[in-house]
Amino acid sequence: MGLDFTVVPAWIDTILLGVVWTIAITVAAAVLSFVGGILFAVIALYAPWLVRQPFRLFTWLFMGTPLLLQLFLIYFGLIQIGIDLPAFVAGVIGLGLHFAVYNSELIQTAIIAVDRGQMEAARTLGLSHSQALRKVVVPQAVRDVIPPIGNNMIALLKDSALVSVIGVTELTLSAQLAIGRTYRPFEFYLVAAVCYYIINLGMEAVLRRIERRIALSR
Amino acid sequence: MDFELMLRIYPFFLKAAVVTIELSVLTTILGLVCGALGTAARLSRHWYLRAIGAAYVSVIRGTPALIQLFLLYFGGPQIGIQLDAFEAGVIGLGVNIGAYMTETMRGSIIAIDKGQTEAARTLGLSRFQAFRKVVLPQALRLMIRPLGVNINALIKGTALVAAISVVELTYTAQRYIGSTYKPFEMFLLSGLLYMVIIYVTGKGISYLDRKVRLT
Repeated sequence: MGLDFTVVPAWIDTILLGVVWTIAITVAAAVLSFVGGILFAVIALYAPWLVRQPFRLFTWLFMGTPLLLQLFLIYFGLIQIGIDLPAFVAGVIGLGLHFAVYNSELIQTAIIAVDRGQMEAARTLGLSHSQALRKVVVPQAVRDVIPPIGNNMIALLKDSALVSVIGVTELTLSAQLAIGRTYRPFEFYLVAAVCYYIINLGMEAVLRRIERRIALSR
Repeated sequence: MDFELMLRIYPFFLKAAVVTIELSVLTTILGLVCGALGTAARLSRHWYLRAIGAAYVSVIRGTPALIQLFLLYFGGPQIGIQLDAFEAGVIGLGVNIGAYMTETMRGSIIAIDKGQTEAARTLGLSRFQAFRKVVLPQALRLMIRPLGVNINALIKGTALVAAISVVELTYTAQRYIGSTYKPFEMFLLSGLLYMVIIYVTGKGISYLDRKVRLT
């Protein structure tokens, strides 16, 4: 069986819809991972011992196991305890939590690297500890780690393909639907790969612009 | 938490862990070979080799590993490549991680000061000799740690071959989640095994790193 790309145009709508869902899930998970990353970093550094230790265990578990396994746990685990979430939501939570843990590691290092003087100055000016964190230390730390977080977000885009396994009809599963009808795996996976590559290039361009903006704001 | 169930079925997970280890080792070897070739291409004097190296890295890193795996395993037969799931897994993942390793290796090599090559050339060594005897030994020391990060990602990445039905840890977990409806227990069993594999590998890499730093 050779290659025959003439079957592709008939499925272009399905593929494009898949592209839209892939972008949607990537953006939603990226936002969750960013906010979660900041929250996790603050917990890991400043929460009382009793909260911090179990939390460390959780991060350790998330960094040492494959994302695919975590997606299975979240999707099927939530059903088991009676929460029947749509696959899309489960996928966003899984991807978002996974990358939040990685972002948190970056943000923690950056928070530590922000000069102590910043906190002291803020306290001297009458801000409370949490205000100083929120308004002075964390914003500077986050600004410093935007480039590596951007790299994580590109990894997130590619890992979003994994949520096809729990049944989210994004780009990969859309390609599989087309393959199921046409028995043309090579053609459709290649088309999907090209789509991912283009989204990836777009994302890199956006990140470079953001990085330039940040460099200017220093 | 159903410990009795976990005790009853853990041997199946141990067997699956062996497959995960086999996959990881073979993929690491293939990845290192692809990484070395990719680096050689990217640092070549010939523009077309540099272009091939750059395209390899860009395309592989710009698309999901899962898609690459599917393309190879399901699409391969259409272009005359017939592989079983395990072979497709090793080749797909190895070529994939090779692109990331290319960047790691290239980064370590170009981090070595240009003066080193110049000094070696002045002393009468050929371009190749200068690279092999002066630059490479120093670069190898720099690359062990970052390659360790690549290998760590690779071990977790082997979970992807569950999607082409290789019976490794994640596939086994998935199957038992389906038959026992105990996702947390299955996650714990397979997760712990992954962490043991990653922990031991990490220790090995730190040992290697310390050793080359001493010499």
